[in-house]
Amino acid sequence: MFRSHAIWLVIGWIGWAILPWYAFPTTYPPLLGALPASGLTAGFGGAPWLLPFGLCLALPVPFVVARSRHVGAALVVAGGGGLAWMVLEGFALGLRGWSHPFLADLFGPIGTGQVGMGWGGAATALALLFFLTLGLAARGAMKGDRFTTGAIGFLVATILLFVFWPVTTVFSQAMLPDDGLSGPAALVARLTARDIWSLGCFNGPTRCGVVWNSMLLGIACGLITTVLGLAFALVATRTAFPFKKMMRLLTVLPIITPPFVIGLAVILLFGRNGTVTLFLTQNFGLTGTRWIYGLPGILLTQALAFTPIAFLMLIGVVQGIAPSMEEAAQTLRAGRWQTFRRVTWPLMRPGLANAFLVGFIESLADFGNPLVMGGGYEVLSTKIFYAVVGAQNDPGRAAALGIVLLALCVAVFMIQRRWVGSGSYTTVGGKGFSGTPAELPKPLKWLVYGTAVPWAAFTFLLYGLILYGGFVENWGRNNAFTLRHYVTAFGLDWGVDGLLWTGRVWNSLFTTLEVAGVAAPITAAMGLITAYLLVRQRFAGQATFEFMTMLSFAIPGTVVGVSYILAFNQPPIEFTGTAAILVVCFVFRNMPVAIRAGVASMSQLDKNLDECALTLGATSTQTIRRVIMPLLRPAIVASLVYAFVRAITSVSAVIFLVSARHDMATSYIVGRVELGEFGLAIAYSSALIVLMGLVILVIQWLVGERRIARPSTGVANARPREVAA
Amino acid sequence: MSLSTRRQALAATAFLALAFGTAGAKAQDLVVYCGVQEEWCQAMMNAFTKETGIKVAMTRKSAGETYAQIKAESANPKGDLWWGGTGDAFLQAAEDNLLAEYKSPKLGELHPWAQRQATDSGYRVVGIYAGGLGFAVNTEILAQKKVKEPACWADLVKPEYKGEIQIANPNSSGTAYAAIATLVQIFGENPAYDYLKQLHGNIAQYTKSGAAPVIAVARGEASIGVIFMHDAVVQTEAGFPVKTIAPCEGTGYEIGSMAIIKGGPNPELAKKFYEFALTVKGQMTADTAHSYQVQSNVATPLSKFAPRLEKIKLIDYDFKKFGATAERKRLLARWDSEIGSLR
Repeated sequence: MFRSHAIWLVIGWIGWAILPWYAFPTTYPPLLGALPASGLTAGFGGAPWLLPFGLCLALPVPFVVARSRHVGAALVVAGGGGLAWMVLEGFALGLRGWSHPFLADLFGPIGTGQVGMGWGGAATALALLFFLTLGLAARGAMKGDRFTTGAIGFLVATILLFVFWPVTTVFSQAMLPDDGLSGPAALVARLTARDIWSLGCFNGPTRCGVVWNSMLLGIACGLITTVLGLAFALVATRTAFPFKKMMRLLTVLPIITPPFVIGLAVILLFGRNGTVTLFLTQNFGLTGTRWIYGLPGILLTQALAFTPIAFLMLIGVVQGIAPSMEEAAQTLRAGRWQTFRRVTWPLMRPGLANAFLVGFIESLADFGNPLVMGGGYEVLSTKIFYAVVGAQNDPGRAAALGIVLLALCVAVFMIQRRWVGSGSYTTVGGKGFSGTPAELPKPLKWLVYGTAVPWAAFTFLLYGLILYGGFVENWGRNNAFTLRHYVTAFGLDWGVDGLLWTGRVWNSLFTTLEVAGVAAPITAAMGLITAYLLVRQRFAGQATFEFMTMLSFAIPGTVVGVSYILAFNQPPIEFTGTAAILVVCFVFRNMPVAIRAGVASMSQLDKNLDECALTLGATSTQTIRRVIMPLLRPAIVASLVYAFVRAITSVSAVIFLVSARHDMATSYIVGRVELGEFGLAIAYSSALIVLMGLVILVIQWLVGERRIARPSTGVANARPREVAA
Repeated sequence: MSLSTRRQALAATAFLALAFGTAGAKAQDLVVYCGVQEEWCQAMMNAFTKETGIKVAMTRKSAGETYAQIKAESANPKGDLWWGGTGDAFLQAAEDNLLAEYKSPKLGELHPWAQRQATDSGYRVVGIYAGGLGFAVNTEILAQKKVKEPACWADLVKPEYKGEIQIANPNSSGTAYAAIATLVQIFGENPAYDYLKQLHGNIAQYTKSGAAPVIAVARGEASIGVIFMHDAVVQTEAGFPVKTIAPCEGTGYEIGSMAIIKGGPNPELAKKFYEFALTVKGQMTADTAHSYQVQSNVATPLSKFAPRLEKIKLIDYDFKKFGATAERKRLLARWDSEIGSLR
């Protein structure tokens, strides 16, 4: 008998027989007079549909106790059967009885319904799930590895539940009959609408469809952010540039900036009445125009916002390229350029493709920047938002647009996979290394400098201005110094009961930090485990699995927000209005970046390392913990930072999920920006930026750097490279 | 059980516990979705709690967002009351049967337009404030360009305003839809669309949000915005060179509304709030919070900053006709194909 079998049996029994099955107080007979009804007592007291779970929990007991050979089969039957029943009864019985009329016709009326599951239901579900995976492992799935089967089972189940199910719910709305059209006909009409696909801007007097706008923007943004990110990564790892530390800080700043702020700063600089524009018009006799509104403005702000993500992804890749390969090339008389072109560049391809993919998808899903900078330039994300909340109030149309957006992302995903292909990108093997990374060829070095340095300077200027904006009365009109905005936001007072949090932002700030703090480690852990499964394991349906993990990332936040309300506001799972729904939403929305970072880094680790550990008798968990994890530190930092920061700065998904008790910082800032209270918005944002900066430093300090056996000081401090040359 | 499985179990349990477990928290506070600007939302909730001792959990969202949320939550409503925001969204929610019927004894104290909102909706919605459509102009920029301020709707199509006007996109903003409905009621449908086509040449940008043109005008990014006048007053007060103009042909208006959400958890508390929101005391909170709409209780004194509705030529806006989903869809589709798709 494995102890894990016994443990999950016990958890299952506790969940079913003792813990309260439902989330809200119910009328079922309570347990022992005081405790709320468990699955057992409710089952015998009017909710007989809970009794089959007892059967499923009882079935494996004799097999486990007797250490039968057939324990695997028993666990599979019990777990699979129990989960199937849970899905069946969960969706058949709603709040007020049968959830579909045809069920009532079939089985007759039923007097009672059920509310969402609570602790008991959750524990039982979890136990049944692991029965299934343990059973499968015992029957030889994944070479009998219990951890791997468990991880796959858990991830598949949660992704089905928290990504696939809500998405299906919202997309089924695209099939809603409309204007006398039947479901399928309405779907076709919505998917082929002229304002989506029109090519009028080429051959007629009308605008182009929103798809073409989004594609153009996404591709341009993906390319720009990848190029800039690569330039920064090369500067940071392959040159002797003196201000690297500062440069890294500057590239990280935009990610920790709440939405709208960059857009505001850009408008206040380049808008028709902006500082730069006024300077040019007054000194050079130009006429101020509104050129910044539209594609140029969106691209500029998106490039500012997403370059750092590309940089974080690429620096791990560039660092991971083993110098020994480059040295080998140079030993074979390849020039610096040839080495770069034939060795370094191809090794960076998976990283570049991933960075482009993320840049493209980020751009497509981005909502804040197109909203502020868009002008007349329509993109899918804003169009979807206003199809839901705008004067049209047409969820069917929003769902159709969401399907189009998703299709775009899938197409790019496919192309990316084709481009990366199946080559080998392994550079970190088990063998010892020495040597320092090859320096860049001269022209490339200057190109990289020429790209990265002005961009860094521009970012620096922008942030100086943002910081300054929080300290003036009314930016652009009255530049007198004031602390008014900070006092309004972060006021503190001493009352009779002690400290009073009188500032207007404390409430949202505390919720935001709590949610982000809980979501970040979960996101990173789940993302990296997924990456491990994708890179290191082979199982049936892996491609589908990979695609599903990317799904929630590709869907715009607005659609995710609405889908979460639709899916999780009624039984079997009901947790709208809680902090937990925010956490879950962030975990599944941000996991793809953790996965991508993990995949990119892990593709570079030679499988020999794992095999070596396994040969020496380590379990797969030990291998992950002792061998892979330490080598994945950059990916861990990237995922933790990204997950934490995105939980603080994302806006479109949370706008539907925030509730009175759980308001988030961004939704507060949006409200201020809408009203033109830029000072308060900027002051709050500046404080958030400082706070997130501190957290990033703490994370980096906690996780530490990856130590590969090569003079890593040569990478970090980039000693002059005469030795290598 | 190995170390690994234990960790895995721990992580998985913690995660699911978090996901399901906290669903149990449910306090008996009144849950209000608030659709006006935050300062007023806060002032109103505080005043109510002070008056009744009932605690309020308030969320501020735009009318469209709240409508989408109430609709999504309709199987199991989480909110009790929806207070503030443009009336169209309310009427639509009433049409979708999302709001509860309630006849307040205070209906008689209200302005006729507020009462009509109630009768039009079968007593599911009531008016709490009104605000007229108008123009916000940046006087500095117009002076620089030596161009006269517009006085009428007809002025806006003059060539000197080319590229200077902002109005929201009616597909996304209730404000802009109200403008189209107003023009249709003033000029008749076909002339109104001809006018909008002409106006298109002068438009700098169709913004997403209805309040955005005011901010653009205040900041000098545009010189004329078509907006609700009380929004423009706020910017003037903040020190921007913004002047508010009521169009000479007459203009339409919005009725900020209130409704009890059907099937909400605390209907009795909701009724208490409903009554309080119709009193003079409740409506006086607007002025202190820099919100200058005309309040629906006849006895509520008008703020000295508020645009005087009696000095503005208000049209007899047919909220029932133009608030209906079918008519709205038709007018928006026509705008989309004739104007919105133009380059």
